[in-house]
This record gives sequence, structure tokens and C-alpha cells, in this order.
Amino acid sequence: MFYRETGQFKTNYADDMAIFPIRQDRIGIAIIIAIALILPFVASDFVLKTILLPFLALSVAVIGLNILTGYTGLISLGSAGFMGVGAYACYKLTTLFPEVNIIIWIFASGFFAAAVGVFFGLPSLRIKGLYLAVATLAAQFFLQWAFVRIPWLFNYNPSGAIEVPLRTLFGVPITGPTAELEVKYLICLGFVIGMTWLASNLVHGRIGRSWMAVRDMDIAAELMGIKLLNAKLLAFAVSSFFCGVSGALFVFLYLGGAEAGTEFAIRLSFLILFAVIIGGTGSMIGSFFGTAFIVALPTILKFGAPAIGIAITGATAEKIVLMIIGALTIYLLIVEPHGLARLWQIMKQKLRVWPFPY
Amino acid sequence: MSAVTSSAPKPLLSPALMATLKVLGIFGAIAIAIVVLVQSGAMPKGSIGHKVLAAPFIDMWDLPDLLVQTLWEGLVAGVLYALIALGFVLIFKASGVFNFAQGIMVVFSALTLVGSYEIMTQRMGLPPGTVVAILALIIAIATMFVLAWLVERIVLRPLVNQNEIIMLMATVGLTYFLIGFGEYIFGGNPKVMITAQLGLPVGQTQFNILGGRVNIQHLDVAAAVIASVMIAGLAFFFQYTRIGRALRAVADSHKAALSVGISLNQIWVIVWFTAGVVALVTGIMWGARSDVSFALEIIALKALPVLILGGFTSVPGAIVGGLIIGIGEKMGEGYWGPLFGGGIETWLAYVIALGFLLFRPQGLFGEKIIERI
Amino acid sequence: MLHVSPNTATTGIAKGEVLLSVENVSLRFGGVKAISDVSFDILKGEVRAIIGPNGAGKTSMLNCINGFYFPQEGHITYKGVRRQKVRPHEAASSGIARTFQNVALFKGMTTLDNIMTGRTLKMNVGLFWQLLRHGPAMREEIEHRRKVEDIIDFLEIQAIRKIPVGKLPYGLQKRVELGRALAMEPELLLLDEPMAGMNLEEKEDMCRFILDVNQTFGTTIALIEHDMGVVMDLSDRVVVLEYGRKIADGTPDVVKADQKVIDAYLGVAH
Repeated sequence: MFYRETGQFKTNYADDMAIFPIRQDRIGIAIIIAIALILPFVASDFVLKTILLPFLALSVAVIGLNILTGYTGLISLGSAGFMGVGAYACYKLTTLFPEVNIIIWIFASGFFAAAVGVFFGLPSLRIKGLYLAVATLAAQFFLQWAFVRIPWLFNYNPSGAIEVPLRTLFGVPITGPTAELEVKYLICLGFVIGMTWLASNLVHGRIGRSWMAVRDMDIAAELMGIKLLNAKLLAFAVSSFFCGVSGALFVFLYLGGAEAGTEFAIRLSFLILFAVIIGGTGSMIGSFFGTAFIVALPTILKFGAPAIGIAITGATAEKIVLMIIGALTIYLLIVEPHGLARLWQIMKQKLRVWPFPY
Repeated sequence: MSAVTSSAPKPLLSPALMATLKVLGIFGAIAIAIVVLVQSGAMPKGSIGHKVLAAPFIDMWDLPDLLVQTLWEGLVAGVLYALIALGFVLIFKASGVFNFAQGIMVVFSALTLVGSYEIMTQRMGLPPGTVVAILALIIAIATMFVLAWLVERIVLRPLVNQNEIIMLMATVGLTYFLIGFGEYIFGGNPKVMITAQLGLPVGQTQFNILGGRVNIQHLDVAAAVIASVMIAGLAFFFQYTRIGRALRAVADSHKAALSVGISLNQIWVIVWFTAGVVALVTGIMWGARSDVSFALEIIALKALPVLILGGFTSVPGAIVGGLIIGIGEKMGEGYWGPLFGGGIETWLAYVIALGFLLFRPQGLFGEKIIERI
Repeated sequence: MLHVSPNTATTGIAKGEVLLSVENVSLRFGGVKAISDVSFDILKGEVRAIIGPNGAGKTSMLNCINGFYFPQEGHITYKGVRRQKVRPHEAASSGIARTFQNVALFKGMTTLDNIMTGRTLKMNVGLFWQLLRHGPAMREEIEHRRKVEDIIDFLEIQAIRKIPVGKLPYGLQKRVELGRALAMEPELLLLDEPMAGMNLEEKEDMCRFILDVNQTFGTTIALIEHDMGVVMDLSDRVVVLEYGRKIADGTPDVVKADQKVIDAYLGVAH
């Protein structure tokens, strides 16, 4: 009744091709952004630190992997490696050129990740599917090794870790130990909104269509005049760009420092892939659902369960989290292989015809 | 058909042999080129080219005992990789599922074995020794059967006919579940494998050959022998038994197999159970060489490049691929690793596999696919 | 009605001249000969049918023409350019479009997006504007959307514009696939069994579209079809293949009367 496009007529193609053609959707997005802006001043520091910041930082990487896996149909198990490239690039850039604003460097670090991603994406012309998935593991392990073994990357720190320096924007500290959580959150949010906007522009246009064509039937795509190598490499580049920015956000705004090699391990790659699958492949909103799921679940279990009287230790909780993520993934795949985004669509469809059943 | 299959002249040598000869020829040419470069002084000692292309080979020549030791260690690692890959191949052939959890099944089965031994000896007060060890072995095998049955019931049956990515993700989910479950039941601390109690040989023998000493662990010999026996047994099972025939039928076509009355569900349980037993054997061998803990997970992933080399459906491919990766990795780490600052073992296997892929995208034993439209 | 027009002006080939000629083409898969020593030509503006029993090499022939297979022997001359090897996307950019025997649509995309994909080669606004989806990118998108809407009107598929093609019935999928090929504004349109699995009414519709495309825009059409009635009605000339060899070539009437063709279809008493 409230969610219905009746009476909203499109009189030109631009309106019809808008990303949110239905007015209620546009209102919904505006409300969500408004809530996101108010949230840091309402939520506790704990929620900010353990849920909201990692959610925002990781969601960029999940969108990135969704572009590669969901839209172009190429599985990658190297996302954490590409995130690492972004983080280390950003660290090197800001220590070499501290006078340039950190926000520019966070964005620029994406280009380094994109270059590395294109390099490791080259085999994708000749191999597909599971073979490619394994090939991307080469990227993951090689990069992880490089983060540990090349001390130049972490400025020869004896601890082998990145220590995020203090950087400011208009005099307000935004990275480093003295930066306020709320400020970090807002910077992150800005990046997430901007990057999501760019991604959804891309997937709705010519480039997005050629990616989906490659995904759905690469042979036919080639006969349409789409150059497979270009399309796939562009997908790798854009995807790694997003991962790189996400990695920089992850270290500079969320962690505040990173042990070389351990943060960007294979587990994180899998977690990102889980988020894509659980959220729904080929769906922007699904990327957010998936990220929320993988970020919130461990925290809820670890801290929520004791709060309602179930006594579990942190270590046990971690094991249970693994079991639950595993079991839930299987369950979701059985119930809805297209992820939470599909459930969301069904809900919207139901809402459209409400109060009638169909 | 006779008109279509016009009599193309039969090649003198089989294509596989031709390919092997070609590769050997290329390697020979490279070797000669290196020798010429070094001898002519174009690549002086200490130059990058010399360090990468010549010095490792000179080392091999000068210290043959070290070379033999490295080759042997590579061979043993390769056998274990091949075993993990074998588990993948079994399941992929029969159900088209890329079982990502195979590596974790190795750890999980070994953990079940050691864990139940510990529980029986420490909490239930049974005397430590071979009897209890064998009891633990039976428990572990039974656990793998229950696992196979549950996987078929809960995971495979509802997901039948889904595309391969979904199936892959389901097994990744299974991987996570098994890690959590294993650690929850048996704790996260590394455990020591009950090698001696199971009657496996321990200790080592030193051979004085080639002007040096080569250490050979008895256990490694046992591992190689057991692995060979198991592979031979599996080959026999597939080739000559009724269930083996059914398995091959299922591998060719699910629908056709169903239509002649083969129960897919039963076959899947059998295949997953077989893969579970293979995993258990691998786990025992591997656990005896290091500790049993989920840190083995990373090693288990090494079976993936082996599969890329050998192809997802070829048992000989898994074995040859395993040996190539095992030996290549140990040689690379031993002779070229120091140039990179060491630790290249973590990614070398993947790079070797990638290198192969660029020349033979279908793997060593895979057939070239003609795409039809 | 339709604003899509094949760029006849630029080709320099007048109606009735040779657009494409296949010269002594042979194609092998390992030891199996799919096509052996086949030659024929396609004239600008005609409807050329390729017929023959199953396994005669018809689809392989189309695959050679648009660069999906490389023939081991022989040449294909297209628009006066003799080629040994051509990549599929090169064939596409030189004006050859194609539909498939088993529908090869992009199943996860809507009808609109599928047909828009056919415009890919004509769209060239770069990554920067695509990221912003404003200015030139949006103008280009709208301009091509307009053309695609014309095709949608022409094929009478307005109602399924925003439905993912995977959910459409087979007959409609075939129609969308034709639309996608038309969106490329091809000079040579290869149709691989456009009417397979259709009922009479759908076949009639499809025939009408094919004739309209041929007559209104002068698009040259090469089609494979098993329905002899359709072939004889639609085509100007017919080439008949059997076991990878050409056994007849000529107008429908000539081919119909050819003894070898009758033998190939009805079998010969031994």
C-alpha cells in the first residue's frame, strides 16, 4: 500500500534508467543515509569500534569482490591480499609525502591495488571457474609473503607492523591514536557512500552490461564484440581498486595499525567471499547485508550471549561463531542460493501487493 | 559416420609422448643456453643471471647428497599432497562437487583419532597402547562415515543440481563448520600424533652416499608405501567391483546412472566415506611429521595447485601433480629461496601451477575441450 | 518505423554483389572432418539458406564465418577482404551478427539489457564518465536506449522489457535474441535455426520479422533451418550440405528437384 509505484509515470528515458526509479526507494535511501549520519552520536563507542567501523571498511571490499564474482562471474580468493596492497600503499604514500592529505592517499592507494589486481588477473583469459579461484590463491599467498618479507613496505619497523601516523583534515585528527571514533566513522561513511555510488553507476551502464554478459555467456559476449580480456581485466582492476581502498580504510580508520601479514590472511579473503555469497551475488544492497552479517554475528555471539545469561568464554564463542557461519552458509545456500538480497526483493514484492497476497 | 571420420593418418607417437618430448627438448635447450652463457663469460659469477640461472645448479652438482635429501623430502611432501588431491578427485568425479573441505577433513579425522585416544587413556583410564590406538582408529573411521552420511543428507541432497560455485561455497561453509566443531570438541591446542602406538615405524636411517649423508625417516618410507598401496587398492576397487563401476557411471552422467537404477545417494555416501578414509590416512602421516592442529589448513590448501596441474578428474594427474609440486617446492625453497629472502614455500606451489596453466589450461592430463555452441 | 539502419553507404557493396564468399573451407576436430572443401557465396541483400541433415556441418560453417572456429584450409572473403583467421569480436565489429541454435542469451539480465548489450560496439564513452553516469555517458545511454526501444517495438516485446530473460518462454527468448543481433545493426545476419521448437504461430511471426529485416533494411541474411516450407518460402538461394560436403546450391526450385538432395533427405536404397 505504501510501497507501490502506481501513478509514477516516466516521461523520459533518463528517469526510467535512474538507479532508484521508484520514489519510495529514493525516500528509503535518504532515510538510511540520515540514520547513518546520526548513528555515531547515538551509538556507544563499543558499537562504533567493534561493529560499525569494520562494517563500513569491509563493505567496500565486499562490493569490490561482488563486482568481480557477482557481476563478472570470476571467483577470487585473493581479496585480502589486494586489501593489503591498499593498506601498505597508503602507509608508504603518507609516510613519503606526509603533506598530502590522507584522504587523497586512501583513494590513491586503490590504484596500486588495481595494478596488482590486473597483473594477477591476467591468467583469467585462459582459465575459468574453479581453476581461476585457485590461481587467485597465488596472489593471496604471494602478497601475504611480500608483506612480511619486504621490510621496506613497513618502513623497517622492528615490530614488523604498520603504525598509523596522526593525520588531520582541517585541523581535526582523522587517523592515528588521538582521532575521535565519530570522526573516523564519518570519514569511512563518506568513502562508503561515494564508492557505492561509483560502483552502482558502473554496473548500470555499458561496462556493467558487458561484465554481466561475460558472466552469463562469455562466448555470446565475444560475438557481440565484447573483448573478453579487456572486460575481465577491467573487472579485476575495479574490484581490486575497491579492495585496496577498503584495506586502507581498514588499517587507517578501523585497526589503527596492522601486524604485517596477519590481518590480510586467507581467512579474511574467505570471509569477504562469504559476505558476497550470503548477501547475494550481483547485488549492491546484498553486499551490505552480507557484510553486516559477517561483522555483527561474532560480536553479537561473543558479547550478546553472556548478556542474556548464557555463559561462554571468548575462546568458545569464537569456535561457535565459526560453526554458525559455516552452518548458516550451508543453510542459506539451500534455502536461498541468491542470498539475503533475494529475500529482500521478495519482501519488497510482497509489500507492493500488500494487503493482498498477490 | 564413416564419411565424417575420414582416415586421418595416425600420428607416429602418441600426443602425450610428443608433448613430453617437446617439454624435455625445451628444458634441454635452456640448459645448453645456460652452460653456453656461463662458459662464454657472458654471465659472470655474482651477477643476477648467474645467481638465478647457474649457481643453484652448480650447488646441486657440487653437493649431490644435499640434492638427494631435498629430492626425497620433496617426494614425501608430494605423496602427501597427492593424497589430499586424491580425495578431491574422488569426490569431484562422483558428484561434481569441488570439495573444499577435503583439506580440513584431513585435520579433522586426525584430530578425532588423537582426541579420542586422549579421552580414552586420560579420562577413561584405559591403558595407553596399541589396543586403544586401534580402538581410536575405529572410532575415527566411524566418525568419517557418519560425516559422509550427514554431508550427503544435509548438504548434498538439498543442493543437487545447483551450479558449481554454490556447491563450492557449501563445502567452504562445511570447512568452517568442521574447524569450529573440531576445536570445540577437542580444543585448539596442537596435539601429538600417536605414531608409535599405531605400529608405525619411528626413527631414521642415515645413508652414506655420494660423499655425504642422507637422512631418511622410517615414517616417510612407510608413508610412501602406504600411499602407494592405498592408491593401487582404490584403482582396483574402481576398476573391478560393482560399486566401482557404479561410481564410474555416476561420474560420466548422473541422469544416465539414475536411469539404470544406481542410487546416487548411496554412491555419494560411499565416495565421501572413501575420501574421508583417504583423509584419515593422510592426516596420520602428516600429523606424525608435525603436530595435529588446524594450522595444517594452510598446507591442505596446497592440494589445490596440485589439482590444477593434474586436472580435477584424473587420479594419475593428482599423483604426478602432487610429486611435481612437492619436489618443485622443496627444490625452489632450497636452491632459489635464499635469493628471495626465504619463505617462498608459501606461494611457490601456486606460481608453479599458474605457470603450467598458461601453457596447458586443461591441466596435465585433462583433455582439450572443444567448445560447442 | 524503425530508425535503426544498417550503414549501407559505408560498405561500398551494392545490392546483388558478392558480400561474403567461402572458398574451399575445411574444418577438422582431431581426426573428425566437420567440413570438407566447401565453397559458396552470399550476395548482398539476399536471404541465403544453409540446409542439410543433422551433423552436416551447418553450425560449424556459421562458426567459421564469425570467427568462433578457425578452418584449417580455405579462405573466407568478406566485403572484399580475404581472411584466414578472424577473432569473434573482429567479425562483430565488421558487421556480422548472429543468433544461436540453443538460445545464447545472457540469462541473468533483462530483455532491455540484453538488447542494449548488442549496442556495445557502438558505445564508446570511457570509464571516467561511466563512473559518474552523467554527461556524455548518460547522453549516450539515452541515445542507444531510444534505438533499442525501436527494436523492442519492431519485435513487439514491449511487455517483457524489464523481465530477466531466463524467465521467458522459449519462443520469446528466440525473439529477444533476434533483437540483440539486430541491435548490432549488422550487414550480415546469421540465424541458426531461428524457428526451432516454435509453434506455427510463432514461426509465422518469426518469418515476418526475418522478411521485414531483409526487405526494410536490406540486411543480408544467412539462415539454417530445418522446416523446408519456411526455407523454400523465405530464401532466395539455398546451399545443401551433407556430411560436411556441399551437394547442391541454387534457387529453392532447383535444389528441390536435385536428386542428391532428395537422396540425402529420404535415404537411398542400397
